[in-house]
Amino acid sequence: MRTAEILNVLRLEIALDLRQRAAWGGMLLYVVSAVYVCHLAVKSGLGTATWNALFWIILLFAAFNALSRSFQREDAGRQLYLHTLVDPRNLVLARTLYNAVTMVVLSLLSLLFYSLFLGSDVLAKADLAQFLLAVVLGGVGFAAVLTLISAIAARAGNGIGLMAILGFPIVLPMLLALLRASKLALDGVAWSVTSTYFGGLVLLDVITVTLAWLLFPYLWRD
Amino acid sequence: MKHWWKFLAVALLLTASIAGLRVPLAPDLVHVSPDRIAPGEITVTVTGYNTDFTADERVFLENDGQRVCATSVRVIDGTHLTASFNVPTGMRKNLTDVVVSGLRYDGALFTEALGEGIASGNCVEGHLANSGFVFPNRPILYESIRNLHFHVPMWFAMITLMAISVVFSIMTLATNSLRYDGSAVNAVYVGLVFCSLGLITGAIWARATWGAFWTNDVKLNGAAVTALIYLAYLVLRGSVPDAHKRARLAAIYNIFAFVLLVLFLFVVPRLNAVDSLHPGNGGNSPFSDLDLDKRLRMVFYPAVLGWILLGVWMFNLRDRAARLAEQLDR
Repeated sequence: MRTAEILNVLRLEIALDLRQRAAWGGMLLYVVSAVYVCHLAVKSGLGTATWNALFWIILLFAAFNALSRSFQREDAGRQLYLHTLVDPRNLVLARTLYNAVTMVVLSLLSLLFYSLFLGSDVLAKADLAQFLLAVVLGGVGFAAVLTLISAIAARAGNGIGLMAILGFPIVLPMLLALLRASKLALDGVAWSVTSTYFGGLVLLDVITVTLAWLLFPYLWRD
Repeated sequence: MKHWWKFLAVALLLTASIAGLRVPLAPDLVHVSPDRIAPGEITVTVTGYNTDFTADERVFLENDGQRVCATSVRVIDGTHLTASFNVPTGMRKNLTDVVVSGLRYDGALFTEALGEGIASGNCVEGHLANSGFVFPNRPILYESIRNLHFHVPMWFAMITLMAISVVFSIMTLATNSLRYDGSAVNAVYVGLVFCSLGLITGAIWARATWGAFWTNDVKLNGAAVTALIYLAYLVLRGSVPDAHKRARLAAIYNIFAFVLLVLFLFVVPRLNAVDSLHPGNGGNSPFSDLDLDKRLRMVFYPAVLGWILLGVWMFNLRDRAARLAEQLDR
């Protein structure tokens, strides 16, 4: 693990994203549209449980949409070129890190739009710090799981459809833990109760990243 | 004897299946009528299950530790008897138990008028004739308790086969060859058969005891996720034409998914163990709490081992057949 290499890949990702600003615009628009569709469909006030569930469903689909680009946007030539330059483990760490940051930003923006359109009454009695922590951990977790899945789907040469099929069952455990943790945060439950959930989420994130780090080199070998 | 474990599998499965289906339930009282009593002369009809009543059953009422002995007992047949009592005034609790030779029906009779207590009769406890090797007789479960020996071993067999598959996947990545890839997928196929059997036996049991074929339960979510993961694994294999690439991608997905699945099945339920209907979760008593649980275990453990061995045997046959077919193709 070399920090310089990871930083270089991060720089490359940022440069690529700056060059294709439409991609970021697309991701944002996707979230806003989803939120607006929910607003049209629901209209009146939502209960805490429904508000929470709807938010995470939107985030889940946004994550699939955003992270499918991670490895899809490379053709075989550039992949080979990257392979000669960077150690695959550093590459997957850098990509996971970048995707995690992407997801955290996207999640927070989604939360902003979501509370604008679907009402923020629910947040009034919530433990906001805990809820934001759940959102951040969720973003990192989705990124950790879906980065490797996106790489597998890209290598299989079958686009977003395959990624959804492979990703959904694996992301489900994390989603269930997140739903529960954020529901407790919305109910304003004390840290002493919720800390097990957040601890579990951190553990899940760490294990997922470790697995991706271990397995990714085999994915690249041809 | 190279094939000893196959004989063991057959022996275990035969014993466990026959015992699982044939061993009777423990005798118990299932119905008492009427359900209300008032002071004075009353006659109560008691219905038992697997009881085999004989003429000298000891019957009494018990209210807050104070007993009223039966004045007369008439046995109608093995599962029905009537008993007459002289109910005194002044019982301390609303609910009275009926006890027939050591079998107790909790809160069978309701009394309106309460008092300072009654003179407790010195009734003989009595014991039902020993009925030999029996399974516990539990409310809600009743005869369906036998499904324990069929439903639960399916999941043991499935997770064993999936673990075998992961070992072959790791070997595929380690050796970078196609030799072990076929074994990995064959283990998944057999594992999915056990997964389906587990889902079917579980759905039927859930309908009988919880009232619905599917409920929102941690363990059911685990089963659904397992099925989805391995179906996705097969879809992934189907969508990669190149054999080497397919072997590698499938192995990576298999390892990744299996580790997360194990976390989900065995760690997450402990994290939020509040809303499972399964025994041993969310405040439900585990099967080990059941009286005479040793008798359940004596059939359950052989059943688990037998089904696991059968699964490995099925995998072994499928794998050898696949290898032969491969050789014929060459």
